[in-house]
Amino acid sequence: MFESFNYWISILIMMVGLFGVITRGNLVKKMISLAIFQVSVLLFYISVGTVERGAPPIRSTKLLPPDRLKELKESGVIKGEELLKADHIMQFNDVGQIYANPLPHVLMLTAIVVGVAVIAVGLAIIVRIKEEYGTIEEDEILKLDQEFSKMERENS
Amino acid sequence: MILANLPALQVVIPLLAAPICAFMPTKKVAWLLTLVVSLLCLVISLNLAYQVFYGSPISYHMGGWKPPFGIEYRVDTLNSFVVVIVSGVAAIVSIYSFSSIDNEIEKSKQPYFFATFLLCLAGLLGMCMTNDAFNIYVFLEISSLATYALIAMGKDRRALIASFEYLVLGTIGATFFLIGVGLLYMMTGTLNISDLSLRVASSPFMLQMTPIKAALAFIVVGLALKIAMFPLHLWLANAYTNAPSFISAFLSATATKVSIYVLIRIIFSVFGYEFAFGEMNIAAVFVTLSIVAIFAGSLVAIYQHNIKRMLAYSSIAQVGYIMLGLSLANQLGNSSAIIHLFNHAAAKATLFMAIGCIVYRVGTARINGFNGLARKMPITVGAFVIAGFSLIGVPFTGGFISKWFLLNALADAHMWPIFAAVLISSLLALVYIWRVVEVLCFKDCHPSNNKVKEAPIMMIIPMVFMAFITVFFGIYTEPVIDFAMRISEYLFSL
Repeated sequence: MFESFNYWISILIMMVGLFGVITRGNLVKKMISLAIFQVSVLLFYISVGTVERGAPPIRSTKLLPPDRLKELKESGVIKGEELLKADHIMQFNDVGQIYANPLPHVLMLTAIVVGVAVIAVGLAIIVRIKEEYGTIEEDEILKLDQEFSKMERENS
Repeated sequence: MILANLPALQVVIPLLAAPICAFMPTKKVAWLLTLVVSLLCLVISLNLAYQVFYGSPISYHMGGWKPPFGIEYRVDTLNSFVVVIVSGVAAIVSIYSFSSIDNEIEKSKQPYFFATFLLCLAGLLGMCMTNDAFNIYVFLEISSLATYALIAMGKDRRALIASFEYLVLGTIGATFFLIGVGLLYMMTGTLNISDLSLRVASSPFMLQMTPIKAALAFIVVGLALKIAMFPLHLWLANAYTNAPSFISAFLSATATKVSIYVLIRIIFSVFGYEFAFGEMNIAAVFVTLSIVAIFAGSLVAIYQHNIKRMLAYSSIAQVGYIMLGLSLANQLGNSSAIIHLFNHAAAKATLFMAIGCIVYRVGTARINGFNGLARKMPITVGAFVIAGFSLIGVPFTGGFISKWFLLNALADAHMWPIFAAVLISSLLALVYIWRVVEVLCFKDCHPSNNKVKEAPIMMIIPMVFMAFITVFFGIYTEPVIDFAMRISEYLFSL
C-alpha cells in the first residue's frame, strides 16, 4: 500500500478532477476540474522518476541526501569537517551517489506548459461563451440552444 | 543539405510559418503564405514517400542526438502515406479557403485564422513524423489546441459550445494517452518507439505485466476519443457542424486519420498485433464497436436536417469501416483500412467543400434550402454526387476499392454476418446521400434560390480537383493499393 502511495494519490486526484468535469454545470468549474485532472499526471510521472534514496538530479557536489550523509559519516568514510572539502565529496559522487531520474521531470515541464495552454484556450472560449450567451451555466446554454434550433426549424 | 533534413523541414516549415502568418497585414498575403507553405509540405511529403517507397525507412536525428537519447523522426511507408494525405488535403483545401472564409471570419481575424491553421497542420504532420511517444503527445496537443481555436471561430455561436465540448473531451483523451506513455516509460525506461518495441518484446514476461496492459488500455481509450470511435464520438458531430466550412473539410479529412495512424503505430510497433488484437482481444471490442458505429452513424445521418451534421455522422460511420478493417488483424483487412484512410479523406473533403460552396451562396446548410440547386450550381452538385458515390461505394470511385478490399478481407476471415452488415450499411449510405441528391436535383427551385449563382472559382477548382482524385484513384487504383499492400506487409513483418 505505502510503496505505491504516490500512485494512489495521483489516481485520487485524477478521479476528483474527472468527477468535477462530469458533474459541474458551471463551465469555469468544469475547466478547473479539467486542470486538476491534468495535474494528476504530473504527480504520476514524478513518482515514476523517483529512485529510492536518490538525490535531486542536479550535478552538484554539495547535495547529498541527509540520510545518505549520515550513513557515510557513520560508516567512517567521511569524518566531521572533512565534508566541506570538495574533492572528498567528488569521490563519493563517483562511488555511490544515486540520482532520481531527471527525464520525467523534463517531460512534465512540457506537460505543464501544455496544461497551461489548454486552460488558457478553455477560459478564453468561456469568455466568448459568456459574451454570446450571457451565461456560463451548462443547462441554461443547453436550453438556449434548444430554443434556437426549434426556432430555426420553424423558420425554414 | 536540404534533402537530408526533409523530415524535419516537413514539420518545421509550417510551425515557423504560423507566427509569421499571424503578423501578415492582409488576408491575401496570409493566404498566399499559407498556400505556399502547404504546397511546400506536399512537395516534401511526396519526395519522402517516393524515397521510402523505393528505398528503406529514413531515420532523422533531431539536433544530431542519437536515438534513443534524442528525438528521432522516422519516415517509413506507413507514415509517409499519412503525411501525403494530410499535406495534400491541406494544400488543396487552403486554395479553397481564399473565398470560403470571406463570409465566415471577420477581416481582422483572417491572418490569425491562417496562422492557427498552419499550427494545426504542423501538429498533425509532427504526430505522423515523430518516432518519440512523448513527442506524439506534444504534437497531438499542438494540433488539438489549434483545432479548438479554429472550431470556435465558426459563425454560429454554437461553435463555441462545440469547441468547448471538444476541448474537454480532447484533453481527457490526450491525458489518457499521456498516462499510457508514462506507464510504458515506467516499465521500459525509453520513449523512442523503435526502442520501446525492442524492450517490450525483449522478455516474454514484459507483456504479462499489469502496467503494460494498463498502458495499452489507456492509450487505446485516449486515442479512441481522438478518433471519435463509436461511444466516444460525441464531440465530432457538433464540432464539424459548426466549424467554418474550410475547417470542416480539412479536419474531417485529416484529424481523425492521423489519430488512427498513431493507434496503428502504437499497436503494431510497440505492443505487436498478436498481443493487442489476440491476447488482449482488442479486436473483438473494435469489431463490435465499429459495426455499431457504422449502423448508428449511418442511421442518425439519415435523419439529419443539417447536411454538415449529416456528413459528420457519416464520418463516424466511415471511421467504423476503417477500424473494422484494422481489427481484422490480417494483411488484407489492414490494407483495406489504409486504402479507406485515403479514399475517405478525398471523398469527405469534397463533400464538405461542396456543402461549404452551397452555404456560401445559400447561407444555410439545412436541407430545406437546397431545393433544385443543381440547376443553379451544377459543378458543386456534381462534385457532391461523385464524392457521395464514393461514400456509398459505387464502382469507379475510390470508395468502391476500399469496400471491395474490406469485403474480401471479411470473406477471407469467414466473418459472414459482418460481411452482410457491411453490405447493408452501404445501403444506408445510399439513403442518406440520395436524400440530399434528390432535393438538390429533382425538386423545383425554391423562389428564394432563384438568384443563386455558382460558387466562386477559387472554391470550385479545389473541390473539382478533389472530386477528380476520388474518381481517378477509383479507376487507376494501382498506386494506392500498392502502397497500402506494402504498408501492410511492413506492419505485419514488425
